[in-house]
Amino acid sequence: MNSNPSPTIDDVSSTSPLIKRLQRQPSSPRTLFNSFMTGLVFVCAACAIIPLFAVLWYVISQGGARLSTDLFTQLPPAANVLKGGGFGNAFIGTLTTVGIGSAIAIPCGILAAIFLSEFAKGTRLADWIGFLTNVLSGVPSIVVGVFAYSTVVLTTGGFSAVAGGFALAVLMLPIIVRTATEALALVPQESRQAAVGLGATRFQTVARVVLPAALPPILTGVMLAVARASGETAPLIFTALFKNFWADGVWEPTATLSVLVFNFATTPYKNQQELAAAGSLILVLMVLTASILSRLVVKRQ
Amino acid sequence: MAVSPNRELEPMKRDRTPFARNLDTAFVWLTGGFAGLIALLLIAIAVRVGVDASPAMAKFGLGFLFESRWNPVTDVYSAFPQIYGTLVSSFLALFLAVPIGLGVAIFLSEDFIPAKIQRPVVFLIELLAAIPSVVYGLWGIFVLIPILRDLGKGIHQSLGWLPLFSTSPSGPGMYVAGIILGIMILPIITAIARDALVAVPIELRQAAYGLGATRWETILQIIVPAAFSGIVGGIMLALGRAMGETMAVTMVIGNANKANISLFDQGSTVSSLLANQFAEASGLQVASLMYAAIVLFVLTLIVNILAQVVVKRVNRI
Repeated sequence: MNSNPSPTIDDVSSTSPLIKRLQRQPSSPRTLFNSFMTGLVFVCAACAIIPLFAVLWYVISQGGARLSTDLFTQLPPAANVLKGGGFGNAFIGTLTTVGIGSAIAIPCGILAAIFLSEFAKGTRLADWIGFLTNVLSGVPSIVVGVFAYSTVVLTTGGFSAVAGGFALAVLMLPIIVRTATEALALVPQESRQAAVGLGATRFQTVARVVLPAALPPILTGVMLAVARASGETAPLIFTALFKNFWADGVWEPTATLSVLVFNFATTPYKNQQELAAAGSLILVLMVLTASILSRLVVKRQ
Repeated sequence: MAVSPNRELEPMKRDRTPFARNLDTAFVWLTGGFAGLIALLLIAIAVRVGVDASPAMAKFGLGFLFESRWNPVTDVYSAFPQIYGTLVSSFLALFLAVPIGLGVAIFLSEDFIPAKIQRPVVFLIELLAAIPSVVYGLWGIFVLIPILRDLGKGIHQSLGWLPLFSTSPSGPGMYVAGIILGIMILPIITAIARDALVAVPIELRQAAYGLGATRWETILQIIVPAAFSGIVGGIMLALGRAMGETMAVTMVIGNANKANISLFDQGSTVSSLLANQFAEASGLQVASLMYAAIVLFVLTLIVNILAQVVVKRVNRI
């Protein structure tokens, strides 16, 4: 073999013409293409981030000006009122509809997730239901609104917060099922075995061992679902409808923040447009807070 | 002090009462029932909306899909312009969002920037998906439309001979809807494509580098092809989302009942038609709106099921 000590890379590259040919020059087409594409993806990333800041800047600069306690205590102004007003009724309406939606979707979703992750794991049935959950989450929110209209509005005889809450529940359900199933799957098998070994029933195992352990990530999913529901508009326009006054009950048409933004953004009146921007700011703040909080919960894990 | 072993085992030998056992079984069945509810819900959506749409289906048949009349006065309805608008705005959104979304996914799956900066950027892109649709719509009306109108007028003047740009933009229109949808589906494409790219085995990359490939030769010839089906799955999920998206589109598309080849013209989509008319409709008009909703439901269902199948196949690899 070679009697010399093995040559360093520098020696080889300066001596061997073959290696020299393989070395790329900064001006070679391959290197130039490489740099060009790298530049291109930096531009792509900038393009993707710009709309986020543009939207945030718009709602903060336009909506921030109107931010005051009046927003939450006063009723929406009529078209001919040039100044003042708020969306107290719509804010409460959003809390009501999202609350009704959560009250339906959270227990249903967590129980379904318990079945998928604890009692039917790995079975075909669980695979199918998981698949259908994903399909359900792809159903357009406006179609869910139509469904809620035909099941709740038509059968109870009128637009109501309950109909809106029902539509929101259908949208929240797949998010909660999916995140809760994943959360339960993260609980180590050993803790289940320990519980069963101590003589716990399946209910006791789930309720006192598995569920408490999986609670933080389940809460994350719940928060994401609530955040998404509070920004939803399409399923509410013809279920909860809108109303310029305080709601008399959950079986009455109810104003919501998102529908208010939609209605007022498309009017030609400055006062109402400003309120739409302020409403957007509140919606964005609610959604961003939920997203960031859920992120923090996951990080602490 | 000798304790008889029997005594110690006594509490453990205690059998569960039939009541406790039944309760436990009932709990399992209860959870199963709620899981079944999900499947039931999908069927219920199709059946309820289908039943309510049946008067319109019986009256207009398949012609509903291919004709362009929507007249509450004469009670004649068909939704070709809306179906056309749904497809055109969605594909325009894909045309814009796929290259950029894929670029961002590559940007965030390679080590172009340190991990410390990368994570916040991923989070910012996720936030883009969290902003409510109606807020995008508001921003579209007051920020995007004024910018795009001027831009569109320039394009119309220089490229107006192309049918795509043959009308002068008047503000809202198909092009604004396509662009705003593109912004909204970008995070979906990026998130799923990034997952697929990150999942490509490191050996493939090492082998390519070992053969002397540059970073971009590796990305384009090895990594992207290996992650291809995941990327396609993400694009299809995004398409499903774009077709069903309602508020932002309704606020910027112009809501005109016509199908024009020019992107600068105003149009409407199935979802914008529903959002605009449903609350005030009655009789056959409601049934026709339900018919349109069924069409949208079936379109998104097909796209979503295909996307699930593609993504699932990737996960199995």
